[in-house]
Amino acid sequence: MSILPLGTKGQVLRTVFIEILLMLAGVLCITSIILVAAGSSPFSAFKHLFLGSLGSWMKFSQVLTSWIPLTLCACGLVYSFRIGLWNIGVEGQVVAGAIAATAILRIGVESWMPGITLLIAFAGGLLGGSLWAIIAGFLKTKGGVNEIFGGLGLNFVAQGIVLWLIFGPWKRPGVASMSGTEVFPTSMWLPTIPLFRISLIGLIIAIAVLLITGWVLGRTRLGLALKGIGNNSKAAYLHGLNANRYILYAMGLAGGCAGIAGAFQVTGVYHRLIPAISSNYGYLALLVVMLANYRIWGAPAIAFFFVCLNVGSIQLPMMLKLDSSLSGIIQGAFVLAALLVYAWRKRQQRLVTLV
Amino acid sequence: MSEINLAILLASIVAGAAPIVLAAVGETITEKSGVINLSLDGSILLSAMVAFMVAYETRSLALGFSAGAIVGGLVAAVVGVFSIYLGQSQVAVGFVLTLTLRDLAYFFGNPYSRLYGPQVSPWPIPYLHNVPLLGQVLFNQTSIVYVSMLVIALCWFYLYRTPMGLYLRSVGEHPEAAYARGTDSRRIQLWYAIAGGFLVGLAGATFSLCTKPGWGRPQGAEGTGWIALAIVIFGGWHPVKAALGAYLFAFLQVMGIHFQELWPSVPAQVFQVAPFPLMIFTLILMHTAEHGYTEKTDKDYWLNRIAKLLSSSAPAALGRAFRPE
Repeated sequence: MSILPLGTKGQVLRTVFIEILLMLAGVLCITSIILVAAGSSPFSAFKHLFLGSLGSWMKFSQVLTSWIPLTLCACGLVYSFRIGLWNIGVEGQVVAGAIAATAILRIGVESWMPGITLLIAFAGGLLGGSLWAIIAGFLKTKGGVNEIFGGLGLNFVAQGIVLWLIFGPWKRPGVASMSGTEVFPTSMWLPTIPLFRISLIGLIIAIAVLLITGWVLGRTRLGLALKGIGNNSKAAYLHGLNANRYILYAMGLAGGCAGIAGAFQVTGVYHRLIPAISSNYGYLALLVVMLANYRIWGAPAIAFFFVCLNVGSIQLPMMLKLDSSLSGIIQGAFVLAALLVYAWRKRQQRLVTLV
Repeated sequence: MSEINLAILLASIVAGAAPIVLAAVGETITEKSGVINLSLDGSILLSAMVAFMVAYETRSLALGFSAGAIVGGLVAAVVGVFSIYLGQSQVAVGFVLTLTLRDLAYFFGNPYSRLYGPQVSPWPIPYLHNVPLLGQVLFNQTSIVYVSMLVIALCWFYLYRTPMGLYLRSVGEHPEAAYARGTDSRRIQLWYAIAGGFLVGLAGATFSLCTKPGWGRPQGAEGTGWIALAIVIFGGWHPVKAALGAYLFAFLQVMGIHFQELWPSVPAQVFQVAPFPLMIFTLILMHTAEHGYTEKTDKDYWLNRIAKLLSSSAPAALGRAFRPE
């Protein structure tokens, strides 16, 4: 799915650098035009976006806390993209992981070892997300259902289950509401560094998953098989690779990463189950991976940038009377610009091969 | 259920389905030519917002509907240019646009949320609306509902009974062959992508000016774009079957409201979400059932007829960019 510019390593780096600068300039232009059209000053909007995300330790810790689930989802998506699948169901997989983690915490709330319970909750989240993704995989391999629509249907199902749980069996004593289930006791919270409110364990998990993903995809037989099937499923078949089985592997791994993200949302961010538990990180992660050219190593930086935009835009309605969806517009504009760059690269390559 | 109740029920289904019919038929035209416009969900929201904004400012419904349709066409043109001429993945472009356009709609629609704007009023067709039952259901609706019903018939006629429709389908099946016969396949694909987008934009305008009047966050049209896309696929790329799918979805939505009254203990949110997975899994069932039939029925005439009616296949060149060499 990915195309690199031609040339030696140095030339490639230079071309990519120029391309990134062009993209930045283009997106800055488009966003400024949109802001002016909305009757606002682009300069003050960008200032608030920056100060709102990196202006203080408080904001920065918020950015890091959001970076963890987004990066986890992006890692998962690299597996499914590598085999050529559009795993739109990632959103539901985050939710499934969150449900599984909440269920385990509810059972383990009486136990005397909160650390072990938290560990099991993360394992449960992984399995929950994995299972949800494998259902989509089975719909694809056995039912012939396109993964986009199977995944989408499962997203709606997961959302329905969360709402049912919050308003039904897991409702707060007294009155059920959209604010979610009852908050867990603090012993069940993922510990954070005092003063900074950053969960070190969460950061370690995200970075570990990132490294493992890079290693599996780049250095193992499994990674090679996924790539082979993604690039040319017919040739892979002739080499004795069972595409259907690897589709399930890829989906299971993708869902596992998303499930961990869901477990983190429950244990480290909200400390309860809420209707919007996935915070749209699944869909956003799809954009991150597309902008990273479907590769793993660009994803963490892009995820960081996107999260800065998200956190920075929270105060836009208050400060400038602008809707916070501005961050989504900027993110989308970046991906569209990237697609233009890929189109240009493709054209260059065709010209070269013609010569 | 008394007859009055039945009439009201059916009439509300026909009215509620109008935007979904428009979107599904529009997307059918686009996909018949070999282009997937995955941006439907965002496209519908943006055109709904623009239609409401224009209608609110100018106090003209006609201008509102035109603005919505133009937005839908423009979005489709972006998808078309990126995928047909620039060779990018249609799914990728469509998906980015889905998310971005939704945010764009919320961003620019913010000042217009929860305002009371113009909306389409019912327009009973003289004489016909007095026919028992049928008159209530089909001929006592708003003008855009009549348009949605006309669009189904016109689209079927255009696709299967005119030479232009034949060209359109041939491009979707085999752009190389169509090109060899002297058709500019890429231009045809772009034009039908825009034509389909036009109907999708009309669907968005129908939401904000008729079905769910007004603008807000959420507007209420969220998710229908995805449903329309699913309906096109499992409706077998046939405009009439796609329209039937749209009516089925509207039926599920209306039934959700009724069930809510029956079981007040179940939270209302569950019933709001339920039609979406129900629809997608109904379609999956239909899909697997029809595949089963085509394999087994060799002798039985009627089963064969039914299987033939249900069987469908995607346009062969769907989603594949064609490049003349």
